[in-house]
Formats: sequence, C-alpha cells, structure tokens
Amino acid sequence: MAFFNEENEEIAKEIVGRYPVARSALIPLLHLAQEQEGWITKPAMEQIAELTDTTSVEVLGTGTFYEMFKFHPVGKYLIKVCTNISCQLLGADELFEHVKTALDVEEGSTTEDGLFTFEEAECVAACTEAPCFTVNYRYFHRATPELFDEVVVDLKAGESPLSKGCADDQGVMPKHGTLSRVRQQIPKTRSAGIKHPEEIKGPPSWIEEVV
Amino acid sequence: MVESSLQTGYVKHAPGFVENEGPKLITSRFKHADSFTLDKYLSTGGYEGLKSSLNRSPGQVHDEVREASLLGRGGAGFPAGIKWGFPPEGVWPRYLVVNGDESEIGTYKDRLLMERDPHQLIEGVLIACYALGLSQAFLYVRGEMALAQERIALALDEAYEAGYIGKNILDTKFSVDVVMHWGAGAYIVGEETALIESLEGKRGMPRLKPPYFPAAIGLYGKPTIVNNVETLSNLPWILNNGASAYKGFGSESSPGTRMFAISGHVKRPGVYEVEHGVTTFRELFYGDNFCRGIRDDNELKMFIPGGGSAPWFFQEQLDLPLEASAVGAAGSMLGSGAMVVMDETTDAVKACLSVVRFFARESCGKCSPCREGTTWEEKILQRILDGDGRPSDIDLLLDIGDNISPGPYPAAAFSDEGLDAVPFPPSQTTICPLGPSSVAPIVSAIRRFRNEFDSLITRRDPIPLSLEVEKVVT
Repeated sequence: MAFFNEENEEIAKEIVGRYPVARSALIPLLHLAQEQEGWITKPAMEQIAELTDTTSVEVLGTGTFYEMFKFHPVGKYLIKVCTNISCQLLGADELFEHVKTALDVEEGSTTEDGLFTFEEAECVAACTEAPCFTVNYRYFHRATPELFDEVVVDLKAGESPLSKGCADDQGVMPKHGTLSRVRQQIPKTRSAGIKHPEEIKGPPSWIEEVV
Repeated sequence: MVESSLQTGYVKHAPGFVENEGPKLITSRFKHADSFTLDKYLSTGGYEGLKSSLNRSPGQVHDEVREASLLGRGGAGFPAGIKWGFPPEGVWPRYLVVNGDESEIGTYKDRLLMERDPHQLIEGVLIACYALGLSQAFLYVRGEMALAQERIALALDEAYEAGYIGKNILDTKFSVDVVMHWGAGAYIVGEETALIESLEGKRGMPRLKPPYFPAAIGLYGKPTIVNNVETLSNLPWILNNGASAYKGFGSESSPGTRMFAISGHVKRPGVYEVEHGVTTFRELFYGDNFCRGIRDDNELKMFIPGGGSAPWFFQEQLDLPLEASAVGAAGSMLGSGAMVVMDETTDAVKACLSVVRFFARESCGKCSPCREGTTWEEKILQRILDGDGRPSDIDLLLDIGDNISPGPYPAAAFSDEGLDAVPFPPSQTTICPLGPSSVAPIVSAIRRFRNEFDSLITRRDPIPLSLEVEKVVT
C-alpha cells in the first residue's frame, strides 16, 4: 500500500524529476515522509525505495546516518537545546537542566502526553545569540528559563510561540517534520531540462571547447 | 497563505549581523528588511554581475575570478579560480554543488548570507555555471536551517519566474537549473566528498583520496565544483567591479573581505564583515568598531581563532593579522571564520570537553582512529572533569591524539619558551580532517593549562599558573 497521500506523491515524483539520478532524491523524500507522518515508517521507506530505484534497506541505511530522521514516533514538538561551546559559555548547562526539570523527561525521550521530545543539540549556528534552543528547528535566541517556560505555555495552549523567537515570525508553529514552509517550484516551461549524466556527451551550447 | 505572507516580509531577519564601519562587499543589503526579495535585489544592483558576465566569454569570466585571487571561504582557503581549472579536459557534464551545510562550531556566516541575501548567492551560482559550462547546480542547505531554506526556495522561485534561472537565461544560449537540496543533520557532510555522497542519496561519509578534488571525479562520477556559500556570494561584486578593485581590499595574499562570527565572552558578539588580512584579533575583540572588549572587562584566557577544528590562541597571539598565512605560521587557522572568546572565568577542561564531544558525536565512523579515538578522548575528559581522572590520563589523551594525528600537533607559538609554532594543518591517519580536529582543543588545553587537569586529577586546588607555560612533550 502506498504511504504518501495523493498530494505528497505528486510532490515526491516532482522532486525525483529534479535530479539527474533518482537516488539523489532519497533525503528530500525522507523529509517529505517525516513531514506527513512525524517520523519515518516502514511503508514510507518501501515507497521511497520504489521512487528512488533503491531498496528499503538502502533507504534505512542512509536515513539512520542522519540524526534529523526519527525511526520511532516523537513528540509534536522537538525541542533541542544547544550545549556546544558558545552556548555553554553563556549558560546552556543551566538551560539544559531547566528544560529537563520543566518537562520532566530525560534527554532523548518524549513527554507522556506526546507533545514534547527533548534532545541535546549540536551547534545550531546562532552562536552570537547564545544560549539557544530550537522548537521544530525554529530558533529561540538568548534564551532564559523564563523564555522557555513561556514557549511551553504557548505550545500547550495550542498557540504559536514563534513571535517570541528570533525572527518575530507571525506564522503558525509547524508540527515536527516540516522544515521549509515554502517548496521550490520549477515551472516545466522554464526548466533547462534535467538529463541523466550519461546522456550528456559534450559541453553545453554556450561553451565552445578549445581543442 | 504562508507563501505570500513570507514574501511580504513578515518574518524579520534573525539577529546576529552587526553593521559596523568598513567596506561592505557581500553584506551591503543586510540592513534592509526586505533584502531577500527580488525587487530589492534588482533595485540595489542585483544581477548586474550576471549580465556583465554574459557579455563576456566564459573563459574571460574565469580569468577575472582567477585574477581576483578569491580564496575559498569554507575553511581550507583554496583559491577558487584555481579550483575551477581542475576539471579534466573533454569530460562532460560538470556540476556545481554549493556547500551550505554550515555546521562547524561557532560558525554562522553562510546562514546569514542565505537568509538575508539569497539572490546574491544565486547570482554567484549562475556566474560560476556560465564560466565553467556546468549543467546543473545543487544548493545544499543544512537541514536544521528552516528559515534559510524558506528564503532560498522563495528566491529561486522568483528568479525562475523572472528568467534569471532555467532555459535561455536573459535570452542567451546559457541555460541551467538550480535545485535546492537539504541535509538532515550531519556535520561531516560539510566535507566536500561527503557532501557529494549525501547528494547522491547515500550516507555522508568522505571518499577515499585520491582523487583529492571532486573536480576530477565528483557527483555521479563527473567533474564537480564544490564551493562555499560565502565564496560564491563574492562573485557578483567581483564581476561588477573587476578583480583589481577587489584586490584593493585586504592584503596581497588575502584580498577582499571576510565574514567573521565572534561569539563567547565579548561585549558585542556578532557576525562582522571585516577587511581581510589587515585587521588584527585585538582590534576585532577590543575595538569600538567590533566587539568592544571582554565582558565585565575580564582578562582574556584563550580564544578559538577559526572554528572548533582550530588550535586555540592566547593573549600573545592577539596582534596577529586576520590572514591565513600569518595565522597558519603561528600554529592555527582562520578556517571557517568562527571565533569563540573565553575569559578568565572559563574552565579550560570543560571547554575542551565541549569541543571534543562535538567531534566524537559527529565522527562518521569510517576510519577507526577517529571513530574510536574521539570517543575515548571524550570519555577520558569526562572522567577527569567528574573527578575520576587517573594520573596517566593526560599522557593517554596525548597518545590517542598522536594516533589520529601523528607527529607534533600544530600549536600556538610560545615565544617566552623560545618555541616556534608547528604550522597548520596537521598530519592525519584518517581520510578527512575531522579526527585531527578533535586533537586541537586537547593539545591546546593541556599545553597551556596542564595545572587545571592536574588539580582535577589530584583533587587539589590548582596552583595559580594561568599566565605561565609548562613544557609538554607531544
């Protein structure tokens, strides 16, 4: 049985079509599956294998290398606290302990209500705004325990805490799995045409190769 | 509708960039709230560099970039114009992979360039594709950077629509597709051959060398140019203003400007665009135009001059210029342009563990010296910090380091000891530099602050030696 819903199956095929070799779409499709389900299920891997001309074992083998892919259900909101050097220098350890106590979970696990999964993050590239935490990969800068508590209150109440985040984002907090809320669209009429590498023999038309 | 509201700019810029005095080659648009839109880009000279390129032959464009001696900004600092010349003759197609998988500790210039001025990057991509006859470009954005992905996707859509990307760009024969690709959380994918593996839909493990450059055998076994986001973002300016104007900034061996992210215990942390080669660390950390000193006017204890992989520097290196060769000769590197400043209150062992743990977690597991070694390093440092250290642990740490990176490890010069620095980079028993990178903080910390390790192991108060230096045989 197909895993992707109708809309996502179309998107998946479109993504595969952007690459000269189908397998290149493997990671983007894993993201798409995670966007639909919140985590990567077995049927998802089977369909991705079909779409990318691989086997589901290859999909699993590749996917498990990357820490953003979850192969078991996780909370609706993935909370990651950076504890790397720049954040640590400015109080990440205290923030980390606070999050642990406030959510009452160990690092790497999910709260009983299934709302929050708590993880330690590697450097999230916001070091001058330390310490940082992210919720579903949305940044919260110069974080204090108080800011974290406010974010949790919002999320529990079903409200978006994004405006408290780094970019004064007025949007809705997407559920775990959604990264970019915008998808690149390549209009068929504008595409230069994607070819398999073996189909291309010589230089492109604007290059005159000096022999 | 999310798209239209994103387009109208209701998502503001993430903070981090600090506008200061000085030349602005690649951050000139950062101050505008709508800097990421096509309208703003076009009204501030956007895509003029592409037009100017299309009026020249591809070879002339390549010559201009070679002439500018634009150094790669990803960490290794290899001249882009020379790298571009590596694809073997007569082998087609050729590809471009843009390395936006920025994950090095302390680094975040590329994220800002992607979020705030995506069109500048896209224009750079197009110029490179035109000059080198590349069939397709892949913009690999780090998985965790959701906002950067949104901005890049929007910008690509706008540029396709307006005829800057795709078939017959600006009504010329030049046609190329630019595809945004995104990662899923693996630091090692920043290594260029690992990046290519990942783009091929595989585990992101570095490839065995040789070939040393994917320019010979890269994506799908074809010649592939891998360039950093910041490197490509410089191209529009260079093509607009010429190589000689570009060389008017910076020093002879390191022209232009660079983006540096300075974090940690400084009063005004931030990402700054700094003239290459002429500014010193001291100006950067203490100058009014930059970070304005250490917090609470504390003493500087040590600093990381170029990302977590770089050996640490101390007070005596403050007057070095921000130039690759000078910093290399002093025993470290400018690397990815990330500096972490630590004041006198910092626990050297803890700081060391923090950096080492990163490498232990991010080791891809392909080479045993790194896979096993980095984990051992982490465990030993943790037990020292927990008060369970053994007297032999310091030597053990150095020995493990020697297995990953044999011979004297690059280290900062200690002039008072009459010691010269061992220049960067180190030797390695691994395929890529990740393993040796984990040795940097260990050698730096033990050489300088051995007393802190000793006191944790012997559980006695440290003898205050912080300004003195002990000799360590490495």
